[in-house]
Amino acid sequence: MDETVAEYIRRTVLKMPRDEIKTMLEKWGFLSEAQLQTLNFHQIKDNISQEVVQLCEENSADIKQAAVLDIIYNHIYQNKRMWSVYQMKKSGEELDYFDITDFKKKFKRRLRSALKNVTITFKEYEDNAIWIRVAWGTPYKKPNQYKPSYVVYHSQTPYAFISASMLKSNLPLLCQALIVASNYHDIREMELRSHSLNSLKDIVFKRYSQNFQTYYPKPLQGGNVEPESADIRIVQENRSEKERIHRLNWEVFGGGPQPKLEFAQYKLETMFKSDPKMGVLDKKEPFRCLVKFSSPHLLESLKSLAPAGMADAPLSPLLTCIPHKARNYFKIREKKGLFPESFVSP
Amino acid sequence: HLATSLPLPSERDHFRPRIDLIVFMIDIKSKYSLKNVEASLAHVDASFFLGKVCFLVTGVGRVNACSIDTNAVCKLGETYCSPVLFCELELEGIRVATAQRLLRMLQICAGHIPGVSALSFVSLMRTSDDD
Repeated sequence: MDETVAEYIRRTVLKMPRDEIKTMLEKWGFLSEAQLQTLNFHQIKDNISQEVVQLCEENSADIKQAAVLDIIYNHIYQNKRMWSVYQMKKSGEELDYFDITDFKKKFKRRLRSALKNVTITFKEYEDNAIWIRVAWGTPYKKPNQYKPSYVVYHSQTPYAFISASMLKSNLPLLCQALIVASNYHDIREMELRSHSLNSLKDIVFKRYSQNFQTYYPKPLQGGNVEPESADIRIVQENRSEKERIHRLNWEVFGGGPQPKLEFAQYKLETMFKSDPKMGVLDKKEPFRCLVKFSSPHLLESLKSLAPAGMADAPLSPLLTCIPHKARNYFKIREKKGLFPESFVSP
Repeated sequence: HLATSLPLPSERDHFRPRIDLIVFMIDIKSKYSLKNVEASLAHVDASFFLGKVCFLVTGVGRVNACSIDTNAVCKLGETYCSPVLFCELELEGIRVATAQRLLRMLQICAGHIPGVSALSFVSLMRTSDDD
């Protein structure tokens, strides 16, 4: 077995938490039941990884199998990576029947025709997700297995989720291979990025709970309105205001859990508006400014701002439009025309 | 009656009984809390400031989360001739003790204690420096 492969497998096993190593190796399926039984999972990880490498040696593992193990690790720990969303466009033809083997063939052929030294690995998962791992090399160097790119493609949708490695120069090539393989004719990057892959899927597949403009019964959760079990001698003076806030929040955010985003970024290219007597800026130039909101769970924290009394309800549409518009990067420019407020560019 | 700011919503005017004591709660961790109280004070009738107003500062247990200067609060108490109480709601003992003090004050303000009236609080507020 190649030394580099052995080292790669060893490092991949070392990344895994000790309690998870057994399950991941089982998912991998490269080592037999009998071989797995011989492993002692109660020793330090260094030793476990050495033993795993030994067993892989016996089975003559090559880089292809090692790459599958890497995909398995990254599928479980997908939230460690930063994902961007790409949308593909068809030129208006009929929807072809999706053939996975055809897809894989075309993808590999397209990539390999441009770059000889690549490692391409596929793994399909139950939710129609195809995970593609690409390790990049150059015409003179073997692929760097430690900085691969990952693509998650749902075949029935025009969306691909890409976690690029540091080597951003390979991105155009990756995109091209994708559209060729999936029979689309164009691809564009959406302004939507997050660590939580499932949340990105929720947003673009519209799987999160939205409030529709039809009749809805009074919300049963009642989390934000004061509970009736409180002492009846306590009278809430601002009950109607609290209910108004709760209702507005419900209308904007819906009742269910929000998709998990970590930040929203607004690039402002607007004119600085101040008292004309203050004259802060000499030149009448747009004031360039970047506003970034970050949070472990941005949308939930926005949802709790008004009920906590920290912001007025309704919240600015610039904040609440994030899941509907499927973007968390915005450019705001001056709107020249009727309204003096700024408008969001597409 | 609990309210988040003054003035009170007018639609409930006819449900409201006589108000004997107003306790302004200031969260020491929030500058907004102090601003809110200062804005609400403007809506209080002058007759309440004869011992029927009290300031309650909460969250004093968390020393490193203070956003408001305690001097500012004490000055507020002096300006409005009203007592300032400090407490930490997260500790049960202090919470209960504070509740008992407020209840006692309320009894006096409502006239349930013979011989003592709300005006007594005003005279207790005067420091020894005063005339």
